[in-house]
Amino acid sequence: MGEFNKPFDAIVVGAGPSGNAAAYVMAKEGLNVLQIERGEYAGSKNVQGAILYADALEQIIPEFRDEAPLERHVIEQRMWTMDDKSHTGMHYRSDDFNEEKPNRYTILRAQFDKWFSSKVKEAGALVLYETTVTELVRDLSGKVIGVRTDRQGSPIMANVVVLAEGVNGLVGQRSGLRDEVAPESVALAVKEMHFLPRETIEARFNLSGNEGVVIEAMGTITKGMTGTGFLYTNEESISVGIGCIVSDFAETNVTPNELLEAFKNHPSIKPLLADSECKEYAAHLIPEGGYKAIPQLTGAGWIVVGDAGQFVNAVHREGSNLAMTTGRVAAETVVSLTRKREEMTAANLAEYEKRLAQSFVMKDLKKYKGIPELLHKNKGNFFGTYPRLLSQAMQTWFRVDGIDKVSKEKAIFRNFRETRSLWGMMGDAFRVVRAWR
Amino acid sequence: MSDVMTAPRAKVEEKLFQNRYLVDAGRPHIKVKAHTTPSASLLAMTTLCPAGCYTQTESGQVEVAADGCLECGTCRIVTRKTGEIEWNYPRGGFGVLYKFG
Repeated sequence: MGEFNKPFDAIVVGAGPSGNAAAYVMAKEGLNVLQIERGEYAGSKNVQGAILYADALEQIIPEFRDEAPLERHVIEQRMWTMDDKSHTGMHYRSDDFNEEKPNRYTILRAQFDKWFSSKVKEAGALVLYETTVTELVRDLSGKVIGVRTDRQGSPIMANVVVLAEGVNGLVGQRSGLRDEVAPESVALAVKEMHFLPRETIEARFNLSGNEGVVIEAMGTITKGMTGTGFLYTNEESISVGIGCIVSDFAETNVTPNELLEAFKNHPSIKPLLADSECKEYAAHLIPEGGYKAIPQLTGAGWIVVGDAGQFVNAVHREGSNLAMTTGRVAAETVVSLTRKREEMTAANLAEYEKRLAQSFVMKDLKKYKGIPELLHKNKGNFFGTYPRLLSQAMQTWFRVDGIDKVSKEKAIFRNFRETRSLWGMMGDAFRVVRAWR
Repeated sequence: MSDVMTAPRAKVEEKLFQNRYLVDAGRPHIKVKAHTTPSASLLAMTTLCPAGCYTQTESGQVEVAADGCLECGTCRIVTRKTGEIEWNYPRGGFGVLYKFG
């Protein structure tokens, strides 16, 4: 690649939501941007549930609804606590979500990322596909000044390198910018795409037009491991998947495929997928370590965005919006420094962290900083004992069998007390409140 | 009952046939280093790998056949301390090509 003689204003590594957001904003503001993506097309390596949170994208491309490949806007959220035969649901459905500018959409990442990438090119960035960045290039002072790729040629130089390389983040890790991700801080999720005629989906989920439903599930479906399952309606398909913390998986003999099969065959899920045709099986890691797992985000000539920075709010299942927001904020920082003709030093780029601290990204992650550890240490109770107790309580309460209601109430409380003890329950309640606030 | 509901639970190998791959023939992106006894972490990959790429031989060593790899990186993270595998992304353009993601 000897043709790139003049350094770029910025090189972006990766074309997922964070990299595309960063590249788009910088190119749109007139910077000379090179983006490098290892996949044949943007999205070909990317996996997500997937829910798009409109607000984060709207701040970057306000008119995205007119052209982005969106599946369904979400009008109903179902939160399920499951045991082996039941689910106890908390559903929220509102016609308010049928608004002119809907708030959440289901998307297919391979298609969405390809569209986003086309916008990056329209904005003026140069995008190289099928090219893997192998290492960073530094000057004698240690400042990052460019990258090497698996293509032949000399290194490509830039004033700053934006690392939007995803959860595995090989370039940053191998360059010593951050530690390897710990198996306790990351979930392995597997997912299938099940196709059905759109009328079938609409009838099955009580939908019309482009309305959509999303289900998030927890309980015995993860067999005592920390994790969740999900089922999202797309236009003509259903995304179904399940994920658990990698270190939990490593301690069990359950294969991810078996776990997904068991989830799909759960009596509450199976009818929703009946007669569908599976067309893809995918796997991906999700950063789950939260605030405490966030690595160093900036240094001389480099800046980290998206999953590579562990920007996922595991409690609210938000990730792509944090990715786009960190990508945008990083880009705005670089644009502002470039305009002021300031150097991309560690001290100057630290402005990115200051800006993030003021945004929902850091505020939310900070709020839930204790949650990952809480769930991990108490996984037997939160993903086994309590879901079973809840189901038993519901069944005792709803089954009409000649037993009086006072006796039923007593039986329910006795079951909780004997299974988990009063002290145990009080301790769990205290721990949840402490981690939540 | 439909076919889906009565069919035996799908094996992972059958699922991988639905995916698109561009295999970089002769250049596997994951290699297991020579060993006599695998660590618990490496052995765990025989169940943990979502694509079933890892198997144990009769003599007890763990092997990898990465053609069906989904590039999640789980094996890389699980064996990060033992250093028993060499993991790189496939060369640009090669490997899994998600149609839907």
